[in-house]
Amino acid sequence: MDMILQGMIQAFQLLVSGDIEITEVAMLTLTVSGTATAISVLFGVPLGLWLALKEFYGKQACSSLVNFGMGLPPVVVGLIVSLFLWRYGPLGDFGLMYTPVAMIIAQAMIAAPIVTGLSFAAILSINPKLRWQLISLGATPWQASWLLIREARLGLMAAVIAGFGRVISEVGASMMVGGNIKGQTRVLTTATVMEVGKGNYDMALAISFILLIAAYSIVVLLTHLQHGGKRGR
Amino acid sequence: MMRKFIIGCLVMMIAIASFGCGNTPVKQEVSKQTPVNKDLILATTTSTQDSGLLDVLLPVFEKKTGYKVKTIAVGTGQALAMGEKGEADVLLVHAPDAEKKVVSSGAAINRLLVMHNDFVIVGPASDMAQIKGKTTMEAMTAIAQKGGIFVSRGDDSGTHKIEKNLWKLASIKPTSPWYQESGAGMGQTLKIADEKQGYTITDRATYLAQKKNLSLQILVEGDAKLLNIYHVMAVNPEKFSKVNHQGAKDFSDFLLSAEGQGLIAAFGKDKFGQSLFFADGGKTEKDFGF
Repeated sequence: MDMILQGMIQAFQLLVSGDIEITEVAMLTLTVSGTATAISVLFGVPLGLWLALKEFYGKQACSSLVNFGMGLPPVVVGLIVSLFLWRYGPLGDFGLMYTPVAMIIAQAMIAAPIVTGLSFAAILSINPKLRWQLISLGATPWQASWLLIREARLGLMAAVIAGFGRVISEVGASMMVGGNIKGQTRVLTTATVMEVGKGNYDMALAISFILLIAAYSIVVLLTHLQHGGKRGR
Repeated sequence: MMRKFIIGCLVMMIAIASFGCGNTPVKQEVSKQTPVNKDLILATTTSTQDSGLLDVLLPVFEKKTGYKVKTIAVGTGQALAMGEKGEADVLLVHAPDAEKKVVSSGAAINRLLVMHNDFVIVGPASDMAQIKGKTTMEAMTAIAQKGGIFVSRGDDSGTHKIEKNLWKLASIKPTSPWYQESGAGMGQTLKIADEKQGYTITDRATYLAQKKNLSLQILVEGDAKLLNIYHVMAVNPEKFSKVNHQGAKDFSDFLLSAEGQGLIAAFGKDKFGQSLFFADGGKTEKDFGF
């Protein structure tokens, strides 16, 4: 119990003193996970929309595949991304292994099915006749899609939050493709694992609290956007 | 109320962001004479990272040469495998027999002795197998016969290789339930052994660095069989054209330079009152009777 309190105090001290090393790590965490979430939204929301609206053969197989992907184990993603990015792998010439870009790729792959699956569900939850109504009122298909997205924004925002929450808390893939390199690819989760390995439990706890604070701040922001948008209507 | 809270959060985020940005220019000043290929992948064992040695060595090396070292701290088995696939540039490892195989396969060259310390067998103060002060072989036999728990790394690391070799020398085939494999790094394995009140074998550096969290005590030490020797080697550029050989060479040179050896020899003295590693630049294994 004493240790947890100590960890909280140390986390607070680290934040207040603006410890350069830890702020760098925190910034990188937010940049990597934020970018990965953005990419997954870019792919996931249109894909979810398309899945929800389009009727085609094998749709059920497709959506169950997406639902399965929501539980994709990060270490498996990490391993597969590693195999591709290694120097002598198919994409080795780009020199991406052990860089933040590699971590963004892996995290985007982890988040994309979550964003897709939840977007799919969010769009489905709107009255299916709405789209036809919009089109009959003279909206182009693009306009209709956009209005549907706006209508489903509560659910879509939940998709973004879930995707972000998954990748910022993920450690296996980041460790594998990033390597936890000091000043380059060390993020809060991998730093925690390392500090535990070093036996610095107080430091590990402090970093954990900073991770919780960072994650919570972002989620509060997103939640604010989610509900703020609704008030504006 | 909620709004204030959100604003507070925002202010904090911005504060964190501006701290992060403020730091960047300082960093750039350091690397003035940049090498052609700055990225250097160092595959090494967890003990060099978990003991804190790399935190002392790498900043000096990076500042001096302008390289950006990417340290991948894994078990020696995995570090050697990375070398064999050309996925690392330079290796700093501690499993002489396995290293020699990698060198003779042509994957690595310029294998040089850097430093040594020793392994120790640690266990609970109650010492139910009564191994304290015995020789390594007697201790291994006692643990096996009296059924004290032994926590093995089980991850093909340098420490695990040494341990397997010791069982072999004692002609014991370790079995469950008294023999347990953690599959984790040294720090974690020590903690597991501590929680289970079991024995384990560890390098002295990691043990000393972790001692504050442990009730385990050193029970067997000082046996020639327990020497822990670290070598540095470069991945062969003739076999793998993508490796940063110049970087590997510069890193080896640095480790064996007076400055590098001085840093190694001094490491740990302020914190533990004794050196965690003994600098051995210029020596060969023959000096240790191998």
